[in-house]
Amino acid sequence: MNKYEIAIWVFMLAAFLGFELIRRVSPLLHTPLMSLTNAISAIAVVGAILITGAKDASPLTRTLGFIAVVASTVNVVSGYLITDRMLKMFKKRAPEKH
Amino acid sequence: MNALFPALYILAAAGFILAIKWMNSPATARRGVIVGEIGMLLAVVGTLLRFEVVNYEWIVIAFLVGSAIGVPIAYMMPMTAVPQRTAVSHACGALASALIGTAEYYRHTPNGFVMGALVLETLLGFLTCTASLMAFGKLQEILPTRPMTYKGQNIVNLVVFGVAVVLGIALVISPGRTWLFPPFALLSLVFGVLLIVPIGGADMPTVIALLNSYAGLSASAMGFALDNKLLIVAGALDGSSGFILAVIMCRAMNRSFSNVLFGAFGTIQTSAAKTTARPVRSASPEEAAEILDAARTVVIIPGYGMAVAQAQHKLREMHDMLVKRGVDVRFAIHPVAGRMPGHMNVLLAEADIPYDKLVEMDDINPDFPRTDVALIIGANDVVNPAAMNDKTSPIAGMPILKAFEAHTVMVIKRSMSPGFAGIDNELYYMDKTLMLFGDAKSFVGSIVKELNAVGTAAAIAG
Repeated sequence: MNKYEIAIWVFMLAAFLGFELIRRVSPLLHTPLMSLTNAISAIAVVGAILITGAKDASPLTRTLGFIAVVASTVNVVSGYLITDRMLKMFKKRAPEKH
Repeated sequence: MNALFPALYILAAAGFILAIKWMNSPATARRGVIVGEIGMLLAVVGTLLRFEVVNYEWIVIAFLVGSAIGVPIAYMMPMTAVPQRTAVSHACGALASALIGTAEYYRHTPNGFVMGALVLETLLGFLTCTASLMAFGKLQEILPTRPMTYKGQNIVNLVVFGVAVVLGIALVISPGRTWLFPPFALLSLVFGVLLIVPIGGADMPTVIALLNSYAGLSASAMGFALDNKLLIVAGALDGSSGFILAVIMCRAMNRSFSNVLFGAFGTIQTSAAKTTARPVRSASPEEAAEILDAARTVVIIPGYGMAVAQAQHKLREMHDMLVKRGVDVRFAIHPVAGRMPGHMNVLLAEADIPYDKLVEMDDINPDFPRTDVALIIGANDVVNPAAMNDKTSPIAGMPILKAFEAHTVMVIKRSMSPGFAGIDNELYYMDKTLMLFGDAKSFVGSIVKELNAVGTAAAIAG
């Protein structure tokens, strides 16, 4: 099996796994779910680091890579933090007031 | 050492999978976020340690700049602006992946399978970036939220997209023709803008979910281009997540994808909407408070209007007071209420309303005939009986919250102007319906005051 074939297998299995997992998420949490998966898609940061830090990077590719690292870091940081901020608000019972 | 890096990536992928798995319940969801963060950390560390990465200064500066922008966004953004923030975040992620595709192209000029993946990554990345920025503009109301349409719009869009795809295919066939790349990128960017121009506010939940999916697929395509399984897995998870949410949103409106993207909802009917004024019954906050006080079961139906008026905190006060008097108060949440999937739940949770009071459409609909009062705040189309009765209505077949079955219906609304889809709502003219005209926040505030007065009077009398 060549490496492209393996890659396509991985994609297919991950996509089906994603379908099964997300179907089970309660609609109550759809907004935090979206911001979590959005933060996960910022995994693009991996590619951005490889481009920016490469030995043979030209000024053009380094600039593009730099912007990409900034953009994906914004995505990661704000995505995870705001997901947690939202989830903290979901409480089963209202806090007792005296 | 060489065996360590793949291990870090595999652990990162496992972290992402667990993160999504634990999102299935509010009890485990925060654990999910932590394991997702660990996954991302492992991925970043694993990448920084790779031998190909030799220059760190720019990476570190970029991390600092990105965090300096990202942290304030996360903490200062009000909860009502969550859809906008999500749109910006999609734009950032998609931009990153498009730029990486571009940089890869100019660095290696790959061919064959890798070039195909790279073209797909760049196309999806650029179009998602501008489309998300447009969505942001509409959500933030910098751009008009009504759909903008013109004659031949779909043809223009298809031609732009078609030319971009043809250029992309030409690049895959002969990657050496570098002059093809800039017009290809430009057309992808333009198509993203054109795609969102005809989309109206009510369709935003579907569109945001779809953009989420595209951003994920773009990251996955990058995984194919860089032969990186972690990117493929994370991208596929995001892609399927966005896709499922978009399907759920479409189902909740009884519409198809193509109808959302090319249908320009809301423009068809505006002219046809009946303009004749018909009599309605209206009520004061005092009367509304009395009715609520006398009720045993109340179902509150929030919509985007509640978010706009920021009425959720006043609503919590009202909820608390009614609960204290032994009234059973619940909230009915329509899947497309608001501007993104689950929007209402987040706002009500922010106002400290316990989440077991937030009930989904299918679970609450059978209870409406036994409900004393259905109180509608800033929602319109999701309670419009025309969806069930009128086959010619643009929302025909859309599943609705059956508020009209409640004994009394109260609607807080600023004026009689029709809702987003421009469709008149039969519900407002029913005998059992009381219109409460005013701003949602101040009206609920007045009801709270009246309830207080009733409460003190009762206490004195008792």
